[in-house]
Amino acid sequence: MTANVVIQFLNGLAGASSLFLVATGLSIIFGVSRIVNFAHGSLYMLGMYLAWSLIAFFGRGSPFGFWGGVLGAALAVGVAGALVEMLVLRRIYRAPEMFQLLATFALVLVVKDAALWLWGAEDLLGPRAPGLRGAVEILGRRVPEYDLLLIAVGPVVLGLLWLLMNRTRWGTLVRAATQDREMVAVLGVDQAKLFTSVFFLGAFLAGLGGALQLPREPANLAVDLSIVADAFVVVVVGGMGSIGGAFLAALLIAQAKAMCIAIGDVELFGTVFSFSKFTLVAEFAIMAAVLVVRPWGLLGRPPAAARGAGAVEPPLVPPGPLFWPAAMLAVLVLALVPLGGEGYALVLLIDIAIFALFAASLHFLMGPAGMVSFGHAAYFGLGSYAAGLAFLKLGWPVEAALLAAPAIGGAGALLFGWFCVRLSGVYLAMLTLAFAQIVWSVVFQWDAFTGGSNGLVGLWPQGWLKDRTTLYLAVLLVSALGIFALWRMVHAPFGYALRAARDSALRADAIGIDVRRFQWIGFALAGTFAGLAGGLFAFSKGSISPETLGVARSVDGLVMVLLGGVQTLTGPVLGATAFTLLQDEIARATTYWRAVLGLAILAIVLVFPMGIAGALRILVARAGAGR
Amino acid sequence: MTVLEVSGLSKAFGGVQAVRGLGFTLAAGELLAMIGPNGAGKSTCFNMLNGQLRPDAGSATLAGTSLIGLAPHAIWRLGVGRTFQITATFRSMSVRENVQMALLSFHGGLMRFWTPAAARHRDEAADLLARVGIAELADRACGILAYGDLKRVELAVALANRPRLLLMDEPTAGMAPGERAALMETIAGLAKRENIAVLFTEHDMDAVFAHADRLIVLNRGALIAAGSPAEVRADARVREVYLGAGGAH
Amino acid sequence: MLVAENLDGFYGRAQVLFGMSLSVGAGEVVVLLGRNGAGKSTTLKSLVGLVELGAGSVAFEGTRIERLPSHRIARLGIGYVPEDRRIFTDLTVMENLEVGRQPARAGAAPWTPERLFDLFPNLAAMRDRPGGRMSGGEQQMLTIARTLMGNPRLVLLDEPSEGLAPVIVEEMARTIRTLKAEGVSVLLAEQNLHFARAVADRAHVVEKGRSRFAGTMDALMGDAAARAAFLEV
Repeated sequence: MTANVVIQFLNGLAGASSLFLVATGLSIIFGVSRIVNFAHGSLYMLGMYLAWSLIAFFGRGSPFGFWGGVLGAALAVGVAGALVEMLVLRRIYRAPEMFQLLATFALVLVVKDAALWLWGAEDLLGPRAPGLRGAVEILGRRVPEYDLLLIAVGPVVLGLLWLLMNRTRWGTLVRAATQDREMVAVLGVDQAKLFTSVFFLGAFLAGLGGALQLPREPANLAVDLSIVADAFVVVVVGGMGSIGGAFLAALLIAQAKAMCIAIGDVELFGTVFSFSKFTLVAEFAIMAAVLVVRPWGLLGRPPAAARGAGAVEPPLVPPGPLFWPAAMLAVLVLALVPLGGEGYALVLLIDIAIFALFAASLHFLMGPAGMVSFGHAAYFGLGSYAAGLAFLKLGWPVEAALLAAPAIGGAGALLFGWFCVRLSGVYLAMLTLAFAQIVWSVVFQWDAFTGGSNGLVGLWPQGWLKDRTTLYLAVLLVSALGIFALWRMVHAPFGYALRAARDSALRADAIGIDVRRFQWIGFALAGTFAGLAGGLFAFSKGSISPETLGVARSVDGLVMVLLGGVQTLTGPVLGATAFTLLQDEIARATTYWRAVLGLAILAIVLVFPMGIAGALRILVARAGAGR
Repeated sequence: MTVLEVSGLSKAFGGVQAVRGLGFTLAAGELLAMIGPNGAGKSTCFNMLNGQLRPDAGSATLAGTSLIGLAPHAIWRLGVGRTFQITATFRSMSVRENVQMALLSFHGGLMRFWTPAAARHRDEAADLLARVGIAELADRACGILAYGDLKRVELAVALANRPRLLLMDEPTAGMAPGERAALMETIAGLAKRENIAVLFTEHDMDAVFAHADRLIVLNRGALIAAGSPAEVRADARVREVYLGAGGAH
Repeated sequence: MLVAENLDGFYGRAQVLFGMSLSVGAGEVVVLLGRNGAGKSTTLKSLVGLVELGAGSVAFEGTRIERLPSHRIARLGIGYVPEDRRIFTDLTVMENLEVGRQPARAGAAPWTPERLFDLFPNLAAMRDRPGGRMSGGEQQMLTIARTLMGNPRLVLLDEPSEGLAPVIVEEMARTIRTLKAEGVSVLLAEQNLHFARAVADRAHVVEKGRSRFAGTMDALMGDAAARAAFLEV
């Protein structure tokens, strides 16, 4: 037992190093540029793949080949980060935060497909480090020598970063700019150069983290989003902008996971609890405990007041006299589609209807409530699994199982939302992603209950819903009603109160609105409707897998909402339609549909840095003036 | 009748004593101006009365009820309206909707999920807007309003809960000269007609001396003078720290 | 040396400057006088690119600077000392000075920490103290020292006497006279007429976002009507 704990402790230390490198890079970049770099995990992944290729190129056998490859990969990723800053992000520092985020999402898509194109879909097993292939015997167990090296890397990098930040002019400028960028500029420091170099360092650290991890974990295409989620947790727990905090948090979280594995199976009251399967629950418990005591992380500080006002949203206008007839007509036309046959169009329309509801629920959270979620798929997935499990394990009829979906989606959002509404802005967004990642891994790891990576199969509804056309009509009706209900809430006093809290929490508080309470309820409602969409999804597909609630789905939802425009209520419906059709269309034309989509998003962001909605409004205004 | 009673109010930020032992009273219908150099502790004092900051020591009671430790939304329920130095309004809403929100909150109608908000308390909102002189702006979006008009929106919102006390932090800051006098007239008129106690800070001395019933002067967190405009104007200490040598004239 | 004409300045949507004009000659100490909210601070900010200018021109030693980014203006030789000091509170005194350091200028001895410690002896004793753990007066000295590290030819001081004890105000006045003796021009915003009188050669009286009086300090002191109109209660 003791030996096992010690070994797992060492394992935890080794795992903490890479995590620390990625998280601290993310944190440094955010500190200076105020951009949440969602593509930071992609840089890590790039570091893995580049190291794999460079080591092969320099020669796998020699120490030079290995270490040259690792360093070369890290440097190349650093240069890539600097280029991204100069070519993309520099142009949008003044754009709304959401657009910066969308740009980094687009980079995730592009990098993923670039890696797919260059290295293929197969996992690439990394070479082991020459001279460190053996193992050291500790307490009768064998510990890989490479792990011991990794254990040393974390503190060494922490020390070097400390020296860089505290003993060089560059580091002094970075620390000053993190506190007050404007004042640094007034003192004659060129911000553009400083930002580029900060991106270089942050990307270099991510690349190094990926390259060093290669001997322990194969390079694969899924690592980008999973590592960025882990990094978010570390940054939130450690405190944004704090290098020491990132180190502490990485240690804490890696150790908690390792200890769960060390404890293994424990019998309590006759039931066997497998701690090793709930490493992420431990992560959640730590994060929750830290955030309740210190909302800004272990070594973090409350963020400075929000920067300059973003785009101002116009007041809600009651829909014109033709809106409702047109909407009803649209639903009616859609309901008549099956008359033309039950082809592929029906499958696509079901998807569109479900994702429109999902996007509308995310829009409710992001738009009127002003809370950006990076992990909204968690509630969609909770709904899917609740419906699926009620149907399969409890034998509930479809109708009852469908009711379980919003109930469980809402319950999950109620639980996680309690923590989330205590934070705001990017902290809140990162926390949502962390929670989603936790739900994902619980579902992924709990084979006995959720079917693990295989998911649940055989969810074909029986009875009157067995018929595809009837199912389609039911999905259409439920989605339409769900979207209508969201619309009513936005226009009801509750929705107004949410918008009030978003516009000015100060003023909302000063007119008697308990901001946190309203936001909490709003969060839970958004989760409820996402859960409903998830339930529909389960029965329309007949099977669900952990992908249903993966980070990728959350990102899809965000892209739908942002494409459609956060400022309009029809936006999410249009965005979901456009996204689903586009994805289907491009996916049939090329394997690299993600890259095409990503490049399209980047083009939109760079050409219309004030948003599509903003661009449209300007066009309309010009057309009006021309008349 | 005394509405607000403050005594021994103190607050320090990391060793710097922002407000120390501040005490004063304010009666219904009275306009009390709080003046002093930047950093004298005026905003800190406001934020303590409003519930945004918790004082280190001292008491503040509104008609006998202690305000200490209450959240801003709870203090609002007791009948305290507030306007901010930098206007805080709901920018994505129309002027009328801003006032409607405050009315919905006052009448306890915010937790409704189905009935449209736009139709509620329209007449009462229109009435409030008329009282502060911007009835014609009801349908304008707050995000595109002139600065001086925004200040009036804030005033209308602050009046929605039929306050006993108005806290106004620099009500005329950033306004054109003509607007300043007009807004101060409006505020003074409301206070007298509706018997509202008004505590305000102001750097525009024309506004202060023309409309305040009484003044209190803060310097480095402490009260250095209190009295009628004439008394304060003649106070040597006040001239020295605030009004300046020109005041010797 | 510096000529600004017809500046219109905005804070967000509120217009604060309405056609403000001013000039500073080489080696001169010029004061902007006026009440709170008159537009003095905004004028200084607009000169270093911190406030959006709707209209107007600024020329510094013959170079147009009204559209330049802040760091270019600083490198041309205009130093700005903000009213709220904006010390980097996490950084030590020496590090604060390091952020301000810029290359020396031809024809003038560069400022070094040692020279600055001669000017501000208090700071010499607290080289490694974080800016957040200094008193207001010490911070005020540090923010000026930090700006001088950029070897400016013109220093803009926003309310340097604000909130300081009388003795420190005295010291501040001495500092400004020293700067003048070193050949550095100074433009300061002030509410305190006493202080202005002790240091300034010329004055602009600012009222409602424009200059209502421009002349020597002596002329202002002799012009009771000008003082009464714009400065007094």
